[in-house]
Amino acid sequence: MGDRLTTSTLLVTEEDEKKHEIIGAKGEGKELTKEEKQRLRKEKKQHKKNKKDDRGPPEKEKEKEKASVPAPSKPATQSPAHKAAPVPVNASASESPVAAEKPAKSKAELRAERRARQDSERASKQGKKEGGQQSTSSKPKATPNELQPVVKRLPDHVQVDDPVALKKLAKKLERQQVPLRSDYGYKVSLFSHLHQYSRKNPPTQQISIPVTVIHPSIVRLGLQYSQGIIAGSNARSVALLHAFKQVIQDYSTPPNEELSRDLVNKLSPYISFLSQCRPLSASMGNAIKYIKKEISNIPSQCKEEEAKRILQECIDSYINEKIILASEAISKYAIEKISDGDVILVYGCSSLVNHILCEAFEKQRKFRVIVVDSRPRLEGREALRRLVKKGIRCTYVLISALSYILPEVSKVFLGAHALLANGYVMSRVGTSQIALVAKAYNVPVLVCCETYKFCERVQTDSFVSNELDDPDDLIVTRNGKTHLENWQTFKSLGLLNLVYDVTPPDFVDLVITDLGMIPCTSVPVVLRVKNVDQ
Amino acid sequence: MPGADKETELSERIEAFLSELKRCGSGAGSLRGSAETARETTSLLRRITAQARWSNAGDLMEIIRKEGRRMTAGQPSETTVGNMVRRVLKIIREEYARSRGSTEEADQQESLHKLLTSGGSSEDNFRQHFTHLKANVIEAINELLTELEGTTDNISMQALEHIHSNEVIMTIGRSRTVEAFLKDAARKRKFHVIVAECAPFCQGHEMATSLSKEDIETTVIPDAAIFAVMSRVNKVIIGTQTVLANGGLRAVNGTHTLALAAKHHSTPLIVCAPMFKLSPQWDSALQELVLRSFCFLLPGEILSKVNAHCPVFDYVPPELITLFISNIGGNAPSYIYRLMSELYHPEDHEL
Repeated sequence: MGDRLTTSTLLVTEEDEKKHEIIGAKGEGKELTKEEKQRLRKEKKQHKKNKKDDRGPPEKEKEKEKASVPAPSKPATQSPAHKAAPVPVNASASESPVAAEKPAKSKAELRAERRARQDSERASKQGKKEGGQQSTSSKPKATPNELQPVVKRLPDHVQVDDPVALKKLAKKLERQQVPLRSDYGYKVSLFSHLHQYSRKNPPTQQISIPVTVIHPSIVRLGLQYSQGIIAGSNARSVALLHAFKQVIQDYSTPPNEELSRDLVNKLSPYISFLSQCRPLSASMGNAIKYIKKEISNIPSQCKEEEAKRILQECIDSYINEKIILASEAISKYAIEKISDGDVILVYGCSSLVNHILCEAFEKQRKFRVIVVDSRPRLEGREALRRLVKKGIRCTYVLISALSYILPEVSKVFLGAHALLANGYVMSRVGTSQIALVAKAYNVPVLVCCETYKFCERVQTDSFVSNELDDPDDLIVTRNGKTHLENWQTFKSLGLLNLVYDVTPPDFVDLVITDLGMIPCTSVPVVLRVKNVDQ
Repeated sequence: MPGADKETELSERIEAFLSELKRCGSGAGSLRGSAETARETTSLLRRITAQARWSNAGDLMEIIRKEGRRMTAGQPSETTVGNMVRRVLKIIREEYARSRGSTEEADQQESLHKLLTSGGSSEDNFRQHFTHLKANVIEAINELLTELEGTTDNISMQALEHIHSNEVIMTIGRSRTVEAFLKDAARKRKFHVIVAECAPFCQGHEMATSLSKEDIETTVIPDAAIFAVMSRVNKVIIGTQTVLANGGLRAVNGTHTLALAAKHHSTPLIVCAPMFKLSPQWDSALQELVLRSFCFLLPGEILSKVNAHCPVFDYVPPELITLFISNIGGNAPSYIYRLMSELYHPEDHEL
């Protein structure tokens, strides 16, 4: 009996603590809302378990109580799932004597709050993966003390061979009134799980004018993506953020709705539309996550104008910090690695690498550049144009001439589309080939990448997750003959136009990021540090 | 005079052949395969043997060497011309030795003892006149021609020994030998072929359409995707322009990258090359094409400020090659030097 009294007093103080925190949280509205949600979810589960019979024997109860006492005093950044699992069990067992004392009041009050919290949680959870997550899944990884089992849904764009997933996607798009884009041409069997679209049929053709559901700047952006007018991961992210600024500017909160929840719901069909135009890049995914988090963190009593202003500022500061200032920092580090007399090889058109080279040239470093290009995109021409305009001495080759030109090269600078958590570099197709041949000739390979492109995915080959571009791009006329003109008539002929490939970390000597120069294998460390900061 | 007519006709033919070679070489890619070049060279050499004025083997060899030098100078990258000249010279030596009665084996073996005792006596050996030498040499050259005509078939006959069903095979550019090889295997087995297009001339496209007409599952990939796709490839089968004496290759550009990628994934690299491509000479200047090949890729004002390179051939070292398949069977790269010594006499290496 004595034990029971002590436990109940402990629990009463616990309850008070929570109530204080809840009242405090309504005023602050930032980190503590998560703590709040955790508490309420826990209590919801406690009440569910109160309806069942007491299971655990008294000894177990005591042990669990001891465990549950230090639990509430832990810092706010703990994820809900971990606490939700063992603590409610403890709490339910220990609270069943308390439940008899005050059941009615807590139940009704908590039910109402629970409904409100579930709505906001659902809204904030949409920002995580495409298609949303189950409510018990945790934040991806990277808590300082525990390692989470991550329950993630497979993204839709790698499930094309699954008819069930396709139907679900079609239903979702219909609900959002976003046109569904159909695949084009014969797909190589190794890639039947990916989409293959034709540039001649952009999804904007299926949208009626005037556009009612999708904001016009988003429609324009989608068209620019699908036609390849905006290409390159930095350019795409910046364009996306500017389009979102426009959307926020034109947004007006409908009555009886909160901006923090409704705006996020408004963004979902836009994102579906953009991913129909062209699958989202890792950098765009991170930017969208950031925006959704910022939107859902807007306090509910904030006025609309004020909220919009805050969001515009957030977006501007994101672009400034993560892209512009990051490239300044990376240039500073990279220029240390460029010495006079260097012959630098670059591949394709990376905005970051071009920026580094232009800065180095301005700082009076003497070097010359070899630009390697590949069909069918021939992006190297753009890089060549920019460098020649600056006055840098350049040489131009196609990627098949790599073994010929590499003995002259002293360093290779590569850009990246994303850095994966297992250290692999995802970049334009052909990058891994350059790294391979450079390794064979003992030429150092340096990858330049901003930290906002780091993503938690892991991948070991270029097949499981990739993008298939328009196969008609490979058709070319040489000597007056176009052999592939009627490739569709040959039923055993397929054209493969890959966009990305992954480079294993043993080919890469150094990764230059805005946080410093790190080896490829330190990417998960950076991700962890970033998540703790957030 | 009939002799003079024959001579002028002969020199006309030689001139025509030379200009044909020059024209083919400076064009984009080769308009004729090397097998055809080899056959034409050999028939021309047969005609020279038949119609030119010579009294002994030494004279004939001089004439052939002279014409051979002119022909190789016309198109240095077309090594089959020089190879055929060397084959014919070897035939002449053999026939001469047979007529004299001594076996070729004894002459060939260079031992220290022989060097000390005989001295430089082999040179005037070729001054003896034999009446049937001409007929013998022409007959031997005819045999050589028959061999040349059957090379592609001989290689394709070995296809089923090397390709099993449901394989994924990668190749690069366009090689008539490899095309015949794969088509022969496709009659009995089902497999997939991935063709790397080999920019900037994209000969791979023609190869792919030709293969897909025989109902072979073919995929065309750009050169940049070679490493990305290599992890799913079971074998790499390529043709080559020349096989060098160390077992290395001079092949179309992009082949070295392909070989490195295959080595990284431990995928076997098989080279289908007939024996007439074996060449003892190494021409260190890898031929480059003129910049005009880039007009369609770069706009004018940039092109004037930039160096653009477009090499035609790549050197592939022998460590990256697994197997050579030729008309006389399969060989490892380490054995090529031996085959070379059987085909050509060491004194003919330098024409």
